[in-house]
Amino acid sequence: MAIAKRPPPELFKLSTNSWTQVFWDATARHELVVARCTDCGHCRIPPTPFCPCCQSQRISWTVLSGDAEVYSYTVVARAIMPGMDDHLPYVPAIITLDGAGGARLISNVVDVEVDDITVGMRLTLVWDDLPDGSVAVPRFTAATASR
Amino acid sequence: MRDKTAIVGLGATPYYRRGASAPQTMEELVGKSILAAVDDAGLSIRDVDGFAYFAGGFDTALLAETLGIPEIRFSATLTGTGGGSAGAIGLASSAIVSGQADVVVCVGANQQGAQRYGSITAAYPATPENAFFSASGLVGPGHMFALLARRHMHLYGTTREDFAEVALSTRANAVTNPNATLRKPMTRDDYFNAPMLADPHCLFDFCLENDGAVATIVTSIERARDLRQKPVRVLASNHGGSRDWGRSIYWMNMPDESFASSGHAAVAKRLYAAAGVEPKDIDNAQIYDHFTSQVIMQLEDYGFCAKGEGGAFVRSGAIRLDGGSLPVNTDGGQLSCGYVWGMTHVREAVEQLRGTAVNQVPDARLALVTGGPSIIPVSGLILAN
Repeated sequence: MAIAKRPPPELFKLSTNSWTQVFWDATARHELVVARCTDCGHCRIPPTPFCPCCQSQRISWTVLSGDAEVYSYTVVARAIMPGMDDHLPYVPAIITLDGAGGARLISNVVDVEVDDITVGMRLTLVWDDLPDGSVAVPRFTAATASR
Repeated sequence: MRDKTAIVGLGATPYYRRGASAPQTMEELVGKSILAAVDDAGLSIRDVDGFAYFAGGFDTALLAETLGIPEIRFSATLTGTGGGSAGAIGLASSAIVSGQADVVVCVGANQQGAQRYGSITAAYPATPENAFFSASGLVGPGHMFALLARRHMHLYGTTREDFAEVALSTRANAVTNPNATLRKPMTRDDYFNAPMLADPHCLFDFCLENDGAVATIVTSIERARDLRQKPVRVLASNHGGSRDWGRSIYWMNMPDESFASSGHAAVAKRLYAAAGVEPKDIDNAQIYDHFTSQVIMQLEDYGFCAKGEGGAFVRSGAIRLDGGSLPVNTDGGQLSCGYVWGMTHVREAVEQLRGTAVNQVPDARLALVTGGPSIIPVSGLILAN
C-alpha cells in the first residue's frame, strides 16, 4: 500500500509559444482553461494555431471546473533515472476533463492510495505551484464529494 | 511498386548489450553492417548509390567519404522515429522504381552508451508541446505505452497473462538463436516475478537495450536475379497513418476507438491492397516489439484477429513457432534477441524467405514486417520469395 506522490519537479520543462502561453498564464491564477474553437466548438489540448475540424484560428478560452475522470493510468514504482527514488510511486494519468468535449490532459493522480485508482475514477483538480510562481502544474486527486 | 525491387543483401554487427560496442563508433557499426551487406549480395561498396533511412538517419556524406562510395544519387529519410523501419525499404524501392538510384542501402543502428532509450523522453528538448506531458513524469516510451495497455485491458478484458504469452513465446524463439541476447528459457513464474516498471508493464514486457547495426541492400528485381542470393521480393512497403493517431503517445487525445491500438490500421489496409494479399496469406510476421502489449494491438490492426481479440489470439498459441498459425518474431524479437530500431525484423523476414533462418518456418513464402508503433509515420512491409 502506498500513496501516489508527485514526479520529480525537475522533469517539468516549460516552453511556450503564443498559442500555449494563455493556458500557462491561467495556471498561475489557478484556472484550468481549454482552447475551444470559436467557430465550431471543438476543444483541443494542447492549444495549436488551427482547429483540426474547421481550420479556424479563433479561440474562445473556457475556464473548466476541474472535475474530471481517469481515462487511463500507469504506476511508476521504480526509478529509471537518478534522483527519482524519493518521488516513488507516482501515477501518470490521462485525464478526461469535464466540459471540454472529451479532450484529455496528461497529468497525475496524487495523494490517493495507489491500489484505489481505477479507470473511470472521478477526480478533482489540485494545483502545484512552481517555486517562482510564474505558472502552476495541474494535477488531480480523488473527488470525495461524489463518492 | 509491387514486385519491382528486391532485398538482395543483409549485413549486421553482433547485438551488443547496451554500451558494450565501445570503443567502436556509431559510424563504424553502421559501416561494418553495410560492408557485410554488400558482400552478402555479391556487390561492391562502389556499386552503392543511394541511402534510405528512418529515425533521423545517418550522415550520408561521412559514409560516402569513409567507405569510398564514388557517387550518391539518392539520400532521404522518413520523418518520425522507429515507426519508419519497415517503410525505409519502400523509400529505397521508390528511388529505384523512379530511376533515381540502382543500389540503395537501408540501415538502422543504435548505441546507447550515453543515452538510454528507456528514459529518452526526459532528454527531449523543452518545446511548447512537450510541456503538456513533461510534468507528469512520463520519462520513457515504456511509461507511455503502459497507458495504452491499461486502456486495452479496460476495454477488452486483456490481461497480463496475454502479455506474458508474448514474452514467453518470443523468448522460446531466442533460446535456439545463437545471435540472441537472452537465451535462458523463461517460465511463467519468471515473468510474474519480474519487477513492475510501468504497471501493467513489467521488465519482460519491455524490449532489450542493445547496441548494433543492421543493413540491407535493395535493388531492382532485374538486377537482383544476377546476384549471389535468392532475391526477396518487395511486394509492398508503405508508411503514414491517420491524423487521429498523429503524435499518439505524446498527445494522448486519440479517439477512444483507436487509443488502445498500435496506430497501424490505416497503413495495414493500404499495405495489403498494394501487395495484393490478405492477412490469411501471411505465413510469418516480424512485429515491432518494443512492448508486448503493442504486439497484441498490431496483430489486431493488421487483421489477424478482430479488434479487442488480440489477447485471446495470442493465448490460443497462434503466434508460437511450434504449432502456431502465425509464427511471430521467430528470431526472438526485440524482446529477447536484439533491439536495433526494427531493422532486426527486416533481417529476420529476409532470412525466413531465403530459407536460412535459425528457426525456419517450413515453406515460408510471405512475411509481414512492421515498423514501430510511435508518432506517424508508422510503416509496414510485405516480402515474398
